[in-house]
Amino acid sequence: MVEEEGFRRYIAHIILWIGIAIVAFPVYLAFVASTQDNAVIANGQMSLLPGGHFFQTYYQTIFVGTSGSTREPVGNMMLNSLVMALLIALGKIAVSIISAYAIVYFRFPFRMALFWLIFITLMLPVEVRIYPTYKIVADLHMLDSYAGLSLPLIASATATLLFRQFFMTVPDELLEASRIDGAGPFRFFWDTLLPLSRTNMAALFVILFILGWNQYLWPLLITTRDDMQTIQIGIRKMITTTDALTEWPIVMATAVLAMLPPVFVVVAMQKLFVRGLVETEK
Amino acid sequence: MGSLRPPCVLTSPHSPFPTRYSPVQPMANVTLRSVRKTYPGGFEAIKGVDVDVGDGQFCVLVGPSGCGKSTLLRMVAGLETVTGGEIDIGGRVVNGVEPADRDIAMVFQNYALYPHMSVYNNMAYGLRNRGMAEAEIKTRVEEAARVLELSAMLERKPRQLSGGQRQRVAMGRAIVRQPKVFLFDEPLSNLDAKLRIAMRVEIRKLQRRLNTTSIYVTHDQLEAMTLADILVVMNGGQVEQVGNPLDIYEKPATTFVASFIGAPPMNLMSTRPEEIRSQLAGSAAADAGIVGIRPEDFVITDETPAGGLVLPLTVEAIERVGAETFVYGSREQEDQRVAATPGELPPGEVIVRIPGTQAPAIGARIRVAAVRAKLHLFSDDGRTRLKG
Repeated sequence: MVEEEGFRRYIAHIILWIGIAIVAFPVYLAFVASTQDNAVIANGQMSLLPGGHFFQTYYQTIFVGTSGSTREPVGNMMLNSLVMALLIALGKIAVSIISAYAIVYFRFPFRMALFWLIFITLMLPVEVRIYPTYKIVADLHMLDSYAGLSLPLIASATATLLFRQFFMTVPDELLEASRIDGAGPFRFFWDTLLPLSRTNMAALFVILFILGWNQYLWPLLITTRDDMQTIQIGIRKMITTTDALTEWPIVMATAVLAMLPPVFVVVAMQKLFVRGLVETEK
Repeated sequence: MGSLRPPCVLTSPHSPFPTRYSPVQPMANVTLRSVRKTYPGGFEAIKGVDVDVGDGQFCVLVGPSGCGKSTLLRMVAGLETVTGGEIDIGGRVVNGVEPADRDIAMVFQNYALYPHMSVYNNMAYGLRNRGMAEAEIKTRVEEAARVLELSAMLERKPRQLSGGQRQRVAMGRAIVRQPKVFLFDEPLSNLDAKLRIAMRVEIRKLQRRLNTTSIYVTHDQLEAMTLADILVVMNGGQVEQVGNPLDIYEKPATTFVASFIGAPPMNLMSTRPEEIRSQLAGSAAADAGIVGIRPEDFVITDETPAGGLVLPLTVEAIERVGAETFVYGSREQEDQRVAATPGELPPGEVIVRIPGTQAPAIGARIRVAAVRAKLHLFSDDGRTRLKG
């Protein structure tokens, strides 16, 4: 840390506070809006201080839902989003760590070809292959199911590459020592490689959980039933109303609620997350 | 083979492991028979090596980097495949046997401790994988920790230990297994100089006490000389010389061994220049192509020993290391011999090792002489030692 003298330090702090304000104000505004009466918001006379409808609005949002467009309580949407995000994050970690293990530690025919195939899929985001993916999921009767929501998103070239890079920094002698200690491939993976990858897995989990939580296009395509929709789709549907006033407090409450799980994950795993990004535990 | 040693409590009363663990230990000599290693690309790393390490002996493989010594050790461990010949451990050819089933333990250069496991678990891991009872594991690990003075650190992680302590844990992991053979792959090269010497002595003591056959790889000739019962000098994938370290020092078989074993290295000179040829004429030494003299065998003198060799030198540099002094001199006549091995001195340069700190001044012209018995004679190509 550089200790600046007097005046200069205040300038730096002021700039930092302005930055925080720019980022935090919309979030604050959303929270304030979620505690106001809908009529006040519709009038355009919303105060910048929280109103008195906090409990009422959040109760309605979580357990009842809007009265108009989507009659689904947000609690259920959050559960859907949570299951999807967890399946995607954990699934991606499991699949990619295993495929990275195969690519780094085993010699088999077409190993490099397979590696490049995985690598190339990096260049094909979901949007590009969305039609064939949809077709497959539909043919497998996985529309409107957690499997349909998560499976197509589980394969991850990025995570595979990340684990591959990490495994390549693990000294070969560890594998050799394990072999001499009588540990087979499974034992080595379970007893040595997994514990060493802990921080990497945590960092990936944070990134992938947020990625899964924020999925929009794919859930929009494959969920048609209200009880399967995720919170991101829910918000969008709440805003569009044809014959009634948009229930802004509920929309804002939903937005605030949608923000909480990612924030919780980041805060809870921050230590591991930072360690996973900046250092490898040797 | 098949003959049994008496319980080790009789042979080594100070064995840290009571006999009940292994009341009868089978013979464990390691025999390499024309062992070869050719990599898929066609590179021949090991070009036919024959070595026989007797039961309980300490064998050191020494050579410059890239000479294949580590590869050879890893082949004994089972970490590299053998593409020719046989490796025999305790009377069993182990060419196709998994490392875990060879009854060996290995200490790696970077120790290869499991970073996430405590010291205790690092040592216990191999035993657990073999399905040993937890109580037995505890006894063995604690015993090894006591011997290696690690008892207070059993719960620590490797990263909380100093280099020397990590090295001990690596040793502990090897000895709890009570294997037939210890394999050491440059285990001391990551330690600082003082610790290296201390650990060198410890390793030797421990090996004597356990009386376990050991193969040790190093590029440090001093380590090799001090540790070995049998010294194997390797170069370019081949064995240059095998034998007792002092025999090798006194009678190096090739110019490579002559300049590799001993520090500072042996002075090697072509016998072609008139200056040397005239002095050797008329003796058996006249046939030699190369003559070698150890730095300590030269004396600064005006006398001419009968049948010996005298060289006039100009002093170029002086190194005082306390008990002795190294004098670097250059010869008057240029030596056409091309330096053959990495450790060898540049042609025309001569090192003289004299006791004490008294030394001639830089730039002084001196005469150094060596007696006839101290001359090492080699054939022209340096591959054969000549009698003389």
